Amino acid sequence: MKRSWLPVITTLGVILFLFAPLVVLVVNSFNASRFGGEWEGFTLNWYEKLWAAGEVWESLWITLKIAVSASLAAMVLGTLAAYSLHRYRSGLQNVHHMLITLPLVMPDILMGMSLLALFVLSGVETGLLTIWIAHVTFCLSFVTMAVLGRLQDFDFTLLDAARDLGASQAKAVKKVLLPLLLPGVLAGGLLAFTLSIDDYVITFFVSGPGTTTLPLRVASMMKTSRSLPMINALSTLLIASTFLFAACSSRLQRRA
Amino acid sequence: MTADQPPSRQWLLTLPSLAWLSVFFVIPAILVIVTAFRPADLQGGVGAGWTLATLKEVQDPAYLPILWRTFWLSGLTTLVCLALALPMAFQMARVGQRMRQVLLLLVVIPFLSNFLIRIFAWKSLLHPEGPLTKLLIGLHLIPENAVLLNHAGTVLLVLVYTQLPFAILPLYAAAEKFDFGLLDAARDLGAGPWRSFSKVFVPGVQRGLVSAAVMVFVCCLGQYVIPQMVGGTSDEMLGSKIAQRVFSDRNLPHASALAGGLMLAVLLPMLVVVIWQGLSRKEVT
Repeated sequence: MKRSWLPVITTLGVILFLFAPLVVLVVNSFNASRFGGEWEGFTLNWYEKLWAAGEVWESLWITLKIAVSASLAAMVLGTLAAYSLHRYRSGLQNVHHMLITLPLVMPDILMGMSLLALFVLSGVETGLLTIWIAHVTFCLSFVTMAVLGRLQDFDFTLLDAARDLGASQAKAVKKVLLPLLLPGVLAGGLLAFTLSIDDYVITFFVSGPGTTTLPLRVASMMKTSRSLPMINALSTLLIASTFLFAACSSRLQRRA
Repeated sequence: MTADQPPSRQWLLTLPSLAWLSVFFVIPAILVIVTAFRPADLQGGVGAGWTLATLKEVQDPAYLPILWRTFWLSGLTTLVCLALALPMAFQMARVGQRMRQVLLLLVVIPFLSNFLIRIFAWKSLLHPEGPLTKLLIGLHLIPENAVLLNHAGTVLLVLVYTQLPFAILPLYAAAEKFDFGLLDAARDLGAGPWRSFSKVFVPGVQRGLVSAAVMVFVCCLGQYVIPQMVGGTSDEMLGSKIAQRVFSDRNLPHASALAGGLMLAVLLPMLVVVIWQGLSRKEVT
């Protein structure tokens, strides 16, 4: 039977479209030419400059602090949320489910804007704490969805079996449910971590003096042409770490 | 009576996330609407009392072209994304398990890479001294002095680039569940490839199609970084105006009024989908 080539060609075209800009970026990070119009020889100059740019590493440190603490909080809240969504069917859970899904489709600018309104009206100084709150808020839904997907495959008779064999409820949860849920929780946590590291728009709204996260730093570097090649180098490092993260996360989801 | 009872386990488990989202998602959204009715003060905060003046300001006809641009750019981006994602989802669901994982990873990686960096990549690719401009001029496809950056077409291109994974992922999820035997049946009954694709496959993934369309459209409506970075001064979208009111004019009530309008524009299509999917679920059962 004759098959159309169109889907294959579209697929290849889309992959090319998605990766071409990233590949150019990576190549240019080793290019001696400033604008990367043509190849002017291999250099590690931009990486050396990046290494010496202290403010970039300071921003990275702030970003990591927020990402780790926000994704940990989102993992706890999200796991509880997913468990109750899966376990109970009630009006409360319908409302709960709606509240969890709405942030997933809320445009970033609205989330940033409304959190800013909250902080301004309640007189909270914007800074590390407000960024952390914002990040937990948007990560929560993503973690919940990841754990919920895992729970749908979970065989709840395993818990009954553990109880029949004499385990207490707490022990059954700790020894049976949590280990089997762990890959889902970790995958959700990794997703939350990447989202938190990447966020620009929401962070921009709720950041204060002295809380320049990495994306905010990149945005201000983009305004001065002197530091443009340095962004290429920084981007290459970030893309490489994304690769690593995505690979870890897909391994976690495939296990068990 | 009920006050004496210990809170149920369900409430205990639900409370943390419910409380968090109520305080940091629902209340802020309501505050935005409320702020639109408050006067601005000079320090960039909100003054005392209530006013309808901001609502009158927002009805400025100068906003109309921006509103119109926001909608057509979002609509066109949605159409282009669906046109590319549909055949791609179709292909992804037809290949073997291993290849599927690889393709999925290839879609997700650019999606997870930093948003700013992806925009920056296009900015340097389309730069007058950049590789794509030089290549196209070298091939005589564009005139010598062509500028690829800073117009509405650039904004559209980068919008499609950043939103494409949002279209591919739900469509792929739907295509994965699609019974491809139906396509063979349609072909056996004499339908051509295009006819069986459009009459059998597309209706089969309808649910994924709707969620992909809403996802992309809604995300586009709120964009402001893309028009700011790759667009020209006449390519502003509604989001650009909101950001400007917050950060340049420091007029929170005015920004809130605009954001409130955007919120309605986002919630309405969502509501339609929820009702529509609720109805179609009833039909099935």
